[in-house]
Amino acid sequence: MARAVTTQRKIINTAAAWAVGLLIFFPILWTVLTSFKTEATAIADPPVFLFFDWTFENYKVVTERSDYARFLWNSIFIAGGSTLLGILVAVPAAWSMAFVPSRRTKDILLWMLSTKMLPAVGVLYPIYLLFIKMGLLDSRLGLTLVLMLINLPIIIWMLYTYFREIPGEILEAARMDGATLRSEILFVLIPLAVPGIASTLLLNFILAWNEAFWTLNLTAAKAAPLTAFIASYSSPEGLFYAKLSAASTMAIAPILILGWFSQKQLVRGLTFGAVK
Amino acid sequence: MATQHSRSAARLMMAPAVILLLGWMLVPLTMTLFFSFKKYLPLRGGDLGWVGFDNYIRFVTSSAFWPSVLATLIIVGGVLLITVCFGVLLAILLDQPMWGQGIVRILVIAPFFVMPTVTALVWKNMFMDPVNGLLAHLWKAFGLTPVEWLSQASLVSIVIIVSWQWLPFATLILLTAIQSLDSEQMEAAEMDGAPPLARFGFITLPHLSRAITIVVLIQTIFLLSIFAEIFVTTQGSFGTRTLTYLIYQRVLESQNVGLGSAGGIYAVILANIIALFLMRIVGKNLD
Repeated sequence: MARAVTTQRKIINTAAAWAVGLLIFFPILWTVLTSFKTEATAIADPPVFLFFDWTFENYKVVTERSDYARFLWNSIFIAGGSTLLGILVAVPAAWSMAFVPSRRTKDILLWMLSTKMLPAVGVLYPIYLLFIKMGLLDSRLGLTLVLMLINLPIIIWMLYTYFREIPGEILEAARMDGATLRSEILFVLIPLAVPGIASTLLLNFILAWNEAFWTLNLTAAKAAPLTAFIASYSSPEGLFYAKLSAASTMAIAPILILGWFSQKQLVRGLTFGAVK
Repeated sequence: MATQHSRSAARLMMAPAVILLLGWMLVPLTMTLFFSFKKYLPLRGGDLGWVGFDNYIRFVTSSAFWPSVLATLIIVGGVLLITVCFGVLLAILLDQPMWGQGIVRILVIAPFFVMPTVTALVWKNMFMDPVNGLLAHLWKAFGLTPVEWLSQASLVSIVIIVSWQWLPFATLILLTAIQSLDSEQMEAAEMDGAPPLARFGFITLPHLSRAITIVVLIQTIFLLSIFAEIFVTTQGSFGTRTLTYLIYQRVLESQNVGLGSAGGIYAVILANIIALFLMRIVGKNLD
């Protein structure tokens, strides 16, 4: 039963929540607004909020930078590639754990999750060295592999929880009808689990897109994604607020939109099911 | 029913994931462990032989060690305190009936999806810059001298930036937990005349304790390894050199791989202790 609430209470709640919400969102809003200003307006004293001559100039300048398209493409390639590869490895593993559990399933799952806790800096040099030896340093392939590996535990975990919600009887029925294991997974399990797989894809794409340890340390010029592109603005000669804002807005806008769709999966994926 | 056939198929299908993760864990960790017992300076002579526990001792006795422990504790502790306290308050607020709840929730969650380098750079330049930053304008509007955030109040600044990033995560998880609270229990307490503060202390908070524990554990693991926020803002200067950043500098900047690897092993042990507690809670939920 919903509790009866006076209109007055509701107005106070609404005002308070909106005030806090806008305060928290403000840095993003400010970045987006600044991206439409000229460099002079961007550092005007006192600052101007809405009433300025809106310009798309910054977006033009940033996207016309010879290398912008490459950074963007690298981000898409690395985030997308690592997520797809991860799903490919994770679907069979999650199927086994969800439908043919053994005594050790739980331990294996927990062990997999615990590899996610490995501090990256503890293995930085070995990975760096292996990358040099294998010619993977500053390559999209190398970064894709690393990001696939660091997110694999979360992918397996999420798929496992989604698969568990699918009744095993359906798969069994398919098996009884003579379906091979491959067609059982491809034509029965995957269609049933599409929503779960989609949310897993989404969340891991976001995590890979925003990853900022390996992307900064394992790339130089060739394979650097948007995280590194933005970091390059931190040098003094790159200090142009409006252009920085335009670059930032372009780097975060697609993820903000995807992120809003993945709120629920966020809780599921990042707490390993410990909060429901 | 699982047959013998499907069991062996299952083992086969799990193999790629297990092998990949095992390799990802064991190969680099073994190498780090190996380097940690060596004097290894790639740019100054390379492998200079075994040194026993020398690196482990030198890492903790170097003058940079204790300040980095302190910086780490302040950053992790500060961010945890802010995100948990405000997270609980925000979760309670967002759980109240209001207009536009969905939109407010989106506004609050948004910072989590901003990439760390953007977060760090936007805060550094557009908010904390002592000349052109918005905070400087705000200070001047009140007739105060603008603060040079990242040099004079460097740790506070980092805590603010990282808290802004992680508050949405804490809020979202605590909100999920609050929504599973039995509303009848709350109503009964309300009818019995329990004041709001008592209802919060005796019903809401105990109900949230598990979720708070999980937020604390997960955030600790991620906060211990924050990197981009420091890399982009202060590069570890002004007392913001955390353990993670110190190890990074030892390994990649000064190329003292032996020493850095010993530090890396310390970091791995520390993370594992926290992970152990977390895995125990997760494990209980699996049954």
